[in-house]
Amino acid sequence: MSDDPQMTTGTPQPAEELRPPATEVGVLGWLNHNLFSSKLNGILSIVLGVIVALVIWGLAQWAVLDARWDVITDNMRLFLVGRYPPEEIWRVWLTLTLLSATTGLSAGSSGIGSVRMLAIMLTAGQLMLAALILVSGLGIVASLALVFGAGVVYATMLAAQRYPVRRLWISLGWLATTIAGVLLLAGLGDATPLPSVSTNIWGGLLLTMVLSVAGILLSFPLGVALAVGRRSRLPVVRVVSTTYIELIRAVPLITVLFMAQFLFPLVLPEGLRIDNVIRAIGGITLFSAAYVAENVRGGLQAIPTGQHEAAFAIGLRTWQTTVFIVLPQALRITIPANVGLFISLLKDTTLAYIIGLLEILGIGRAVLANPDYLGTQFEVYLFVAVVFFVLSYTLSQASYRLEKELGIGER
Amino acid sequence: MEEFTLKKLVPGLVIGALALTSTAVAAQGGDTLSGVQERGQVVCGVNGGLPGMSVLDEATGVFEGMDADYCRAIAAAALGDPEAVQYAPLTADQRATAIQGGEVDVIFRNTTHTLSRDSAWGDFGPTIFYDGQGMMVRQDLGVTTLEELDGASICVTSGTTTELNLADQMSFLGVEYTPVVAAEIDTVYGQYEEGRCDAVTSDKSQLAGRRSSFADPDAHVILDVTMSKEPLAPVVASGDNQWADIVRWVVYATIEAEELGITSANIGEFAGSESPVVQRLLGESGELGAALGLSNDFVVNVISAVGNYGEIYDRAFGPETTIALPREGTVNDLWTNGGLMYSPPLR
Amino acid sequence: MADEPSDAPKGASGGSTGASIPFYRDVRVLAVITQIVFLAIVLLVLGWLLNNLITNSETRGISTSLTWLDQRAGFEPAESVIPYTPDDTYARALLVGLLNTVMVSIVGIFLATVLGLIVGVARLSSNWLVNKIALTYVEIFRNTPLLVQLLVIYFVVFLQMPGVRDAIVLPLEMYLSQRGFYMPRPEVAPDGAIWLVSVIIAVVAFFSLWYLAGRREDEGRPTMGLRWIASAILIGLPLLVWFLIPGGPLAFENPELGTFNLSGGLRFTPEFLALTVGLALFTAAFIAEIIRGGIQAVSKGQLEAARTIGLKEGEVLRLVVLPQALRIIIPPLTSQYLNLIKNSSLALAIGYADIFNVSRTVSEQTGQPVAVLVIVMAVYLIVSLGTSVLMNIYNRMVQIHER
Repeated sequence: MSDDPQMTTGTPQPAEELRPPATEVGVLGWLNHNLFSSKLNGILSIVLGVIVALVIWGLAQWAVLDARWDVITDNMRLFLVGRYPPEEIWRVWLTLTLLSATTGLSAGSSGIGSVRMLAIMLTAGQLMLAALILVSGLGIVASLALVFGAGVVYATMLAAQRYPVRRLWISLGWLATTIAGVLLLAGLGDATPLPSVSTNIWGGLLLTMVLSVAGILLSFPLGVALAVGRRSRLPVVRVVSTTYIELIRAVPLITVLFMAQFLFPLVLPEGLRIDNVIRAIGGITLFSAAYVAENVRGGLQAIPTGQHEAAFAIGLRTWQTTVFIVLPQALRITIPANVGLFISLLKDTTLAYIIGLLEILGIGRAVLANPDYLGTQFEVYLFVAVVFFVLSYTLSQASYRLEKELGIGER
Repeated sequence: MEEFTLKKLVPGLVIGALALTSTAVAAQGGDTLSGVQERGQVVCGVNGGLPGMSVLDEATGVFEGMDADYCRAIAAAALGDPEAVQYAPLTADQRATAIQGGEVDVIFRNTTHTLSRDSAWGDFGPTIFYDGQGMMVRQDLGVTTLEELDGASICVTSGTTTELNLADQMSFLGVEYTPVVAAEIDTVYGQYEEGRCDAVTSDKSQLAGRRSSFADPDAHVILDVTMSKEPLAPVVASGDNQWADIVRWVVYATIEAEELGITSANIGEFAGSESPVVQRLLGESGELGAALGLSNDFVVNVISAVGNYGEIYDRAFGPETTIALPREGTVNDLWTNGGLMYSPPLR
Repeated sequence: MADEPSDAPKGASGGSTGASIPFYRDVRVLAVITQIVFLAIVLLVLGWLLNNLITNSETRGISTSLTWLDQRAGFEPAESVIPYTPDDTYARALLVGLLNTVMVSIVGIFLATVLGLIVGVARLSSNWLVNKIALTYVEIFRNTPLLVQLLVIYFVVFLQMPGVRDAIVLPLEMYLSQRGFYMPRPEVAPDGAIWLVSVIIAVVAFFSLWYLAGRREDEGRPTMGLRWIASAILIGLPLLVWFLIPGGPLAFENPELGTFNLSGGLRFTPEFLALTVGLALFTAAFIAEIIRGGIQAVSKGQLEAARTIGLKEGEVLRLVVLPQALRIIIPPLTSQYLNLIKNSSLALAIGYADIFNVSRTVSEQTGQPVAVLVIVMAVYLIVSLGTSVLMNIYNRMVQIHER
């Protein structure tokens, strides 16, 4: 006791610092709090941990040892572009490059982090596709084209950050890209340098993206129109819009697709034949528009009446109020709901295989019918599922980011 | 911060307009032949998954089989180019709507010619294959008759005459069974191979064709029982007599060619033949082609492209194929050999 | 001037200024004209489409009558809840399909809700492993297409089960095989009706006594063990009657292995199982997030206040959290239920005989695609509306009546 340092001199020394108990900090601490905080939790953690480890181990073993991945690599071209003629595939790469450039410019010019996130994902996506193509032995040229496209995204993004482009030019750029994309993919005619490629042989991931993008772009304006119509003061417009929306929302998508498939030729004059793909896009559009309408309607309802009154007070007419004051705010509020809807639309394009379109799931089923690939069902479905998972997950993450940035629900 | 102004909506509308105009076909006053000629293609509804009749070779993208060959024959006759075909794979459930909706010009999809179909939704051409409904079971079950299948599960495709005949036959024989029904042909045979059902029933040519692509074809046996008549024939939409005549007489031309001994190899030697029958067939005399709205030498185009009926049959079911359905002495032989293949005279 | 009486404009035409508004700027007139024009355009477009439809129908021989409904179908759907033979009509075939859809929907909704509840609560757990496992499940099933999930569950899970002869035998004579799940079928013996009656009495008594106990509790009177009595009656009465009836009121028909199949007993086909499980797994992922959102939306202040006044954890959940959470949960839950019902139409891909699948066969055999599809869409409309109405009633029941 007499050696106690504190007692020997007159200056009080601070007591020896006691470390926190080992079970409270660091790895042990984390384990203690999160996994073993109570007896029940402890048992649960151990049991679940063992089960999860077994499952992951089994899956890994299967994937590396037993799985026949040749079913994917042998048919990679089919999975990606269907039966698009190999000598015209440069057009797909060109479209992708244009898309990359426009995305990069948008991402660089706007300050929105989510758009930048999308651009980065586009880069990553193209790099992954390039890797897939290399692994499947489909040729260096294709991989290089994709790597180039990935580079274009990044380069344009950096360029636009230094020299931001005006929004008007960006909008025009998007317009030009979409038109160019359609023309490039479909072709101008057999005599031109761009021979027509019938939409019947588009397939795989290419067809999935075409169906989704076309469906999204077309259903959005129709949905907005329906939402505005449903809230119109004019009873006729209101009744027609409401009937359409409620009718479409009550039936499954597959019935609408079948309806589109054989009703379109019947209600159009004889001889006017619409492509199968166009009919599917039409069905998807009509279906999706009703759901967009409900989302937008919610947004329209949330706009305080003060806005309407102020608009009338300064002399704006009804349609001007709607277009310039109400809609911009309503659409901004409903972005997350609409993005969620578009992600579902992307996944719902898989139903197109039931009406005979060979989008990526349809290609998967067709490949499975080949007797050479007997028993590889899990590999094929897993591949398709992973592709959709990657697309869907990244888009929803971008949507969360966008939600936060736009401050929805906070103001 | 991006504003959502009307400008954002413009791309959508423009795309819609462009898409519709760039890929839709211009309207014209309606008959199928004109439509085909304007389009430059025959849209042919096929199976796509049936070796022997129409199966898609994924690697080459070429459809092979009897039905597929007849599609080429129609294209050769109507357009002079046997490759001007757009194949549209259909499930059994989609045939009626496809032909009624004008989605396809003609259906060559192992379709049985029945009265109700003829009256309800289509016009049938001549039978290209006289088949019968059969039953395929696993060898190790030791079953040889239908009655022994009491209590079994039987796979069948929905929307077919097979489904109806199975119900009729089994109730007539007093046999209890459980149907396992699927819409897609691949699903049906997949279920059978996995063991989901004990037997599968369909046209015998289909059973033989699909068995050839099984993992172990010899483990399955097709019973020596014929449950019904299944005359497989092409279908066109009702109401277009000219097109129906074209399909009909292209089929008959192939049969007539075989009767006269004309093949795709030796057709050149028959040019300038002295026989008036041959002359009319090949278009050297008479205006037969023109009467149908085709060129007079349409038969030459057809035979040069796909050959006569015998050649078409041999390519699909001949002795060199894995399916190998014998033809001699069966109903599919020429009438001169005791079969049913008989062409009315082309004159 | 402020003290001049303001002349409220009398109608849109005129007003105190005396100048009348020309009719082409009169809002009321414009409204009427716009509606007339709009209606005219809609009717014109519809009329043109309808005209084309009629012309094309005539050319191609599509009639629009419904007489085919009474014709003999000639086929039978792969499974049916009601007795059905190929001699029955097409109308009855569609009815079979409808009942199958209803079956799948009810079982699917039940499973999805239970699973969604479990996963939703797991997402709120403080146990990191439980939380992350639930998160993985939700993310995987929400971000992959339902059709792919169904195909995997059917082809990779249920069809790969052992064949009928090697079926997995479970206790109580239940079998699981590639051809389905079999269990003994309970049948009420001739004198077993009394037992059924006793079950009904017991259930009614249970609910009444439980409700009474709740009322007494609210009023502050002692419950006098009413809840225990209620439980005792629920279990005890049927049990008592069971033993009193000679031979037991229920006869079980056991599945037996025949030459080819198990026959007898209650059978659930792999198609039914795959569709139900698939729909449940998919929908439960969405329901889990809805439930989690609802529970998290109840402000922490409520929880703290409830605990302060001495409520036990279970009571906090039952009396404070759930009523408020339910208010938020029920509308999106309704739309998930409707989605499940609509998604059951994917049965076509795995061969389950729901109404859409049956309608495809009927459409092909009768050659009446338009009429059949219209009927099917009408059926879905009615089912959706019915479910919405039921859920709205429940919604109104759980509304907190604010003063």
